[in-house]
Amino acid sequence: MIPYIIRRLIAAAALLVLVSIFTFSIFYLVPRWAGATPETLATRYVGRTATAETVALTAERLGFNDPFYQQYGNWAKTVVLGGEFDMGAQKVECSAPCLGYSFITRQAVGPELLDRAPVTFSLAIGASIIWVVTGVSIGVLSALRRGSVFDRGAMIFALAGVSMPIFWTGLMGLTFFAYKWPIFVPGGTYTPFTENPLEWAHALLLPWMTLSLLFSAQYARLTRAGMLETMNEDYVRTARAKGLRENRVVFKHGLRGALTPIVTIFGLDFGLLIGGAVLTEKVFSLNGLGKYAIDGITNNDLPKVLGVTLLAAFFVVVCNLIVDLLYAVVDPRVRTQ
Amino acid sequence: MSLTSEREHPVGGARSSAFLDVRDLRVHFPTDDGLVKSVDGLSFGVDRGRTLGIVGESGSGKSVTSMSVMGLHKRGTANISGEILLDGANLIEASAEDVRRMRGKRMAMIFQDPLSAMHPYYTVGNQIIEAYRIHNDVSKKKARAHAVEMLDRVGIPEPHRRVDAYPHQYSGGMRQRAMIAMALSCDPDLLIADEPTTALDVTVQAQILDLIRDLQREFNSAVVIITHDLGVVAELADDILVMYAGRGMEYGTAEQIFNEPEHPYTWGLLGSMPRLDRDRSERLLPIKGTPPSLINAPPGCPFHPRCAFEANTGGLAQTERPDLVASGTGRGHNVACHMAPVQRRQIWRDEIKPML
Repeated sequence: MIPYIIRRLIAAAALLVLVSIFTFSIFYLVPRWAGATPETLATRYVGRTATAETVALTAERLGFNDPFYQQYGNWAKTVVLGGEFDMGAQKVECSAPCLGYSFITRQAVGPELLDRAPVTFSLAIGASIIWVVTGVSIGVLSALRRGSVFDRGAMIFALAGVSMPIFWTGLMGLTFFAYKWPIFVPGGTYTPFTENPLEWAHALLLPWMTLSLLFSAQYARLTRAGMLETMNEDYVRTARAKGLRENRVVFKHGLRGALTPIVTIFGLDFGLLIGGAVLTEKVFSLNGLGKYAIDGITNNDLPKVLGVTLLAAFFVVVCNLIVDLLYAVVDPRVRTQ
Repeated sequence: MSLTSEREHPVGGARSSAFLDVRDLRVHFPTDDGLVKSVDGLSFGVDRGRTLGIVGESGSGKSVTSMSVMGLHKRGTANISGEILLDGANLIEASAEDVRRMRGKRMAMIFQDPLSAMHPYYTVGNQIIEAYRIHNDVSKKKARAHAVEMLDRVGIPEPHRRVDAYPHQYSGGMRQRAMIAMALSCDPDLLIADEPTTALDVTVQAQILDLIRDLQREFNSAVVIITHDLGVVAELADDILVMYAGRGMEYGTAEQIFNEPEHPYTWGLLGSMPRLDRDRSERLLPIKGTPPSLINAPPGCPFHPRCAFEANTGGLAQTERPDLVASGTGRGHNVACHMAPVQRRQIWRDEIKPML
């Protein structure tokens, strides 16, 4: 087991290196293919009235004159070892794992990510609890009452849920539940859980529900399909033949058998989400990782984008590893193979 | 005993006290294609300490019958009528909750494929413990000790270790042993075995049959063995019911069915058994034709389109359904055939027996 985890972690580290090289390449190569020079690149990061001299200095300071491998190497070195950054007026020490400084705000990326991660985590954890509970419950009930009014209604809901984009459901939610009937706050506020759990939840309820509408629809369909299959399995008949109560038959035997794909998908969804729920954070003006990524992309702020991408990739990889380990917990047949 | 009472209770005098007493059972499934009459007027009985073998082709209604006895048909999907009396209590009229309480405790079942019939995610021990604790209010520790004891009893080596293994870690024969241990964990009065050896290796089949026979003696339960394999019933059954198209065709002791069968369908089944002591070309005498549709069963005797002796009934077989009635030899031998008993016995003696 432990050698397996170590192997997986090494593979994960290699993957992260590849992801960073890939992201770096996009930012390095695409503008140059379009004919950009270090100076034209640097003009983005200086004031409008800057002189040619300032531009040249900035290009030099940000390392745009260096060849690709050197630029990447410098960045990678600061991630692993930390390093020195030329801020123009003074030099700043930054300890590992320093993810560089924003080209624009000149703030260190690492601490900013740490600042914003709790927002995204809160969003992801709350929403995932809601969608797993509602999605799986709806799926189980639908499967047990296949063809009933409830089942049809639930499947229409599921279709609607997966079809409606978050920027629409989010805005509708805001329109009705924050402005027309001010039950919830119209976004933009975030109170840390440790300060006031009630306010934390109140501010996040609407984003949670928006996000979980999309996901619970998928989970309802997934659970329904799985339950329809397992409830026809021989082992469910055996459970009934033992004289087990029907609700125990459904949950202990039927749902347990249908759980494996749900766990897998959940791990991937959750991993993606804690790397930044881009649309939801944007719609509700939540200062999470997703919004940070958007800011970075719209401003050509490479260190920000690299930082978020790397962190998101890290979460996906870790969640994947956890899912694979959970597999052995969920399905004993995997354990011995 | 008068003929009419024989019609109602085809097994004879002991019927009223039979432990499991099925009377005129009908199980019909409404489907989009029409009404599927899987079981259509079936009666039989089994006493404690006795074994009944129910034999028939695929689709003859054997498994549907056993599922009805266990109350495992989903409510609303099957129309069940008639009587299923277990120790005098009618299971068809009983509430679902009452039948549930009896399942596992008073009647238990083992299934054809033990791999798919056991939950892959729970250990064998857990599944036996669960079965035991549904009907016995005992601690997990006690239930576990009981599970180990049951595994030991069905001949699983190292039961202390094996109790924590998963079904996929067992071999096929061991899994069926574990299924039997689970079914017998609450000491049921009735055990239904639905094709218990069909999915098993030939070398293991005999061991499982031996085990069922030994345990029946030990537990003194009533056993119903459902199979298409005449070899299995020859091994185990005291009485045999031959089913065809959801009906009883012939019913008698194992000796009667194997030595003096009177129904042409039973002759066909016996002819389909491979025999080593014949030339290869003569070994098998298959029944011509295919089993009938259960939606549009043939009028009259359901077997008449495939029956070589149908002409002997003077057309009666095409219009009138024969009842399962005493053949006249006494001793509870019942046959559903329009041919006269004397004629049937003569055909058996002169034409069929020499061919087998």
